[in-house]
Amino acid sequence: MSDSGSNYAQPSDDGHFGTHGGRFVAETLVHALDDLSALYESVKLDPVFQDEFAEDLARYVGRPSPLYFAERLSKHLGGAQVYLKREDLNHTGAHKVNNTIGQALLAKRMGKPRVIAETGAGQHGVATATVAARLDLECVVYMGEEDIRRQALNVYRMKLLGAEVRSVRSGSRTLKDAMNEALRDWVTHVDDTHYIIGTVAGPHPYPVMVRDFQSVIGQEARSQCLQYAGRLPDVLVACVGGGSNAIGLFHPFIDDVDVRMVGVEAAGLGLDTGRHAAPLNEGRVGVLHGNRTYLMSDEDGQVLATHSISAGLDYPGVGPEHSYLKDIGRAEYTAVTDDEAMEGFRLLNRTEGILPALESSHAIAWVARHAASMRSDDIVIVNLSGRGDKDIHTVAGIDGIEL
Amino acid sequence: MTELRGAGRKALVAYIMTGDPTLEQTVPAMRALVRGGADLVELGIPFSDPEADGPIIQAAAERSLANGVRFEDVLAQVRTFREFDDATPIILMGYLNTVERMGSEVFAARIIDAGVDGLIMVNLPPEESAALTEHLRGCADIVFLATPTSTDERLASIAELANGFLYYVSLKGTTGAGHIEVDSVRDNVARIRGVTDLPVLAGFGIKDADTARSIGRYTDGVVVGSAIVNAMAELEGQPERIPERLQTMLGDLRRALDES
Repeated sequence: MSDSGSNYAQPSDDGHFGTHGGRFVAETLVHALDDLSALYESVKLDPVFQDEFAEDLARYVGRPSPLYFAERLSKHLGGAQVYLKREDLNHTGAHKVNNTIGQALLAKRMGKPRVIAETGAGQHGVATATVAARLDLECVVYMGEEDIRRQALNVYRMKLLGAEVRSVRSGSRTLKDAMNEALRDWVTHVDDTHYIIGTVAGPHPYPVMVRDFQSVIGQEARSQCLQYAGRLPDVLVACVGGGSNAIGLFHPFIDDVDVRMVGVEAAGLGLDTGRHAAPLNEGRVGVLHGNRTYLMSDEDGQVLATHSISAGLDYPGVGPEHSYLKDIGRAEYTAVTDDEAMEGFRLLNRTEGILPALESSHAIAWVARHAASMRSDDIVIVNLSGRGDKDIHTVAGIDGIEL
Repeated sequence: MTELRGAGRKALVAYIMTGDPTLEQTVPAMRALVRGGADLVELGIPFSDPEADGPIIQAAAERSLANGVRFEDVLAQVRTFREFDDATPIILMGYLNTVERMGSEVFAARIIDAGVDGLIMVNLPPEESAALTEHLRGCADIVFLATPTSTDERLASIAELANGFLYYVSLKGTTGAGHIEVDSVRDNVARIRGVTDLPVLAGFGIKDADTARSIGRYTDGVVVGSAIVNAMAELEGQPERIPERLQTMLGDLRRALDES
């Protein structure tokens, strides 16, 4: 997990990725963040912790996840060789669990009996409730009222796992408001509670810590690609909401300068409609939820309502490291619409028998649009960050079917 | 603030949200707070994501934004207030993203021009505040917050960068929370006095005259916010009664604080 030997040394000691990142929080949380930073720095070098983490990922999550050559999809698209990193096959059905396993181990080390989380699509909430059940931690998950409506399956899963799901009715009633409410809970219960942030955003050390826990995705993909194809991939593609699955895939390739990295944001109804969730494409630098980053806000700094068909991408900000990678040009960020994501969703079902999450369908849609223009020996790795069972009701609704 | 301390008077800081319940009510409400006995007026800048505020001030911000209140409107209320009162200090309280979009330099120039004396940015830690402090220098202070969880080392570094006064957040929680502990305030304010000679005011959770009296015993003053905002909200539909209600409420707080 260390960056030693790399040319890329981000973030700085105080959590800045260039001008992004940092720690913009209420003073009450500074001490807890200092403690968390110190603990995290110590476990990075602690073989006992790292072995425990690796063991849990292997025996409980089922890692390594396969790197799967999507042969029929590749043939159908008629261009690049498309590989899927199958994070959808992880226990709980998404990449989110890589991070919650790591953070739950930290909570245990801190002796904190209670964990809280925010969730959009419910995948991070489920992953948190899962590790909380396993470690016998009290668990409260904050979820926007709107997301509770569109992700009923995951809400029920969290309840079965023993978590309390608290409906958030403020603001836009989606992920950002759930995060506000989780921060309010944390500031009130900071002594006995660890806040398991689900993405590479938030105040330092969350962006670096979550990145490191998720980097197992890229580490595996890198060695799997070398093993199967005998060389590094040409392109990495991942959807970006907060950006944890994308950073997890990208980060271990950062020094491989010939590997192109593409982050796909949610263009919603279209970037020109204003009804989207694409801060790296259309946002301006701002401060929200403890970090400076590209953000969708108006001239007064009011955070704008976002829209995406996928609850997990429906967020106005993005992890600060993505903002940095955009600024330095190491990664490129594009966006696909709800409709294109739906086409990607259907395409992967029909060609490969895989039901992707609507979030991951954005990455599939990008490949569907671009594979034909690539060389036939180009290798593209798509992070299939989660499975789509949770989205069946949304998709059926679009098809006019009530389940 | 130093003058108040010299006169043996505890500072009473009163908070309202700009544009709540309507923009027309803001200046009359500010003046009523002063008539009732407020020494400083703290004016909230409405923000879409007030992560450090409890439900009362969240709701006030939502009402204000629903009224279409812009940052320029906040400054306009300060200017109008200054036509009647150029002595009472005004502090703006808000979140950093209001500054981010226009930049520290423009923001600082605009608030100084309007007649603002101080600024509380809930999510701006002292170590990130250099640019804004530089642009405000000599014209307005940034008020920093100290909390029950701030270590002695942290308190010392906050105090080193602080001007005007230190705002002690008297509980672990959001604004308007109901679990303030007088003993904890006493002990922590003593810790703060160990690292700074600046006046120390306490806020968050001071909901009535009794709390103000008991907290005022250990501090140089108190900040009352949610209780005032709540009193205004209770007069929904009768905004004309707000000034009288606030003047009475502040009078009660003033007397309690003078007794402490």
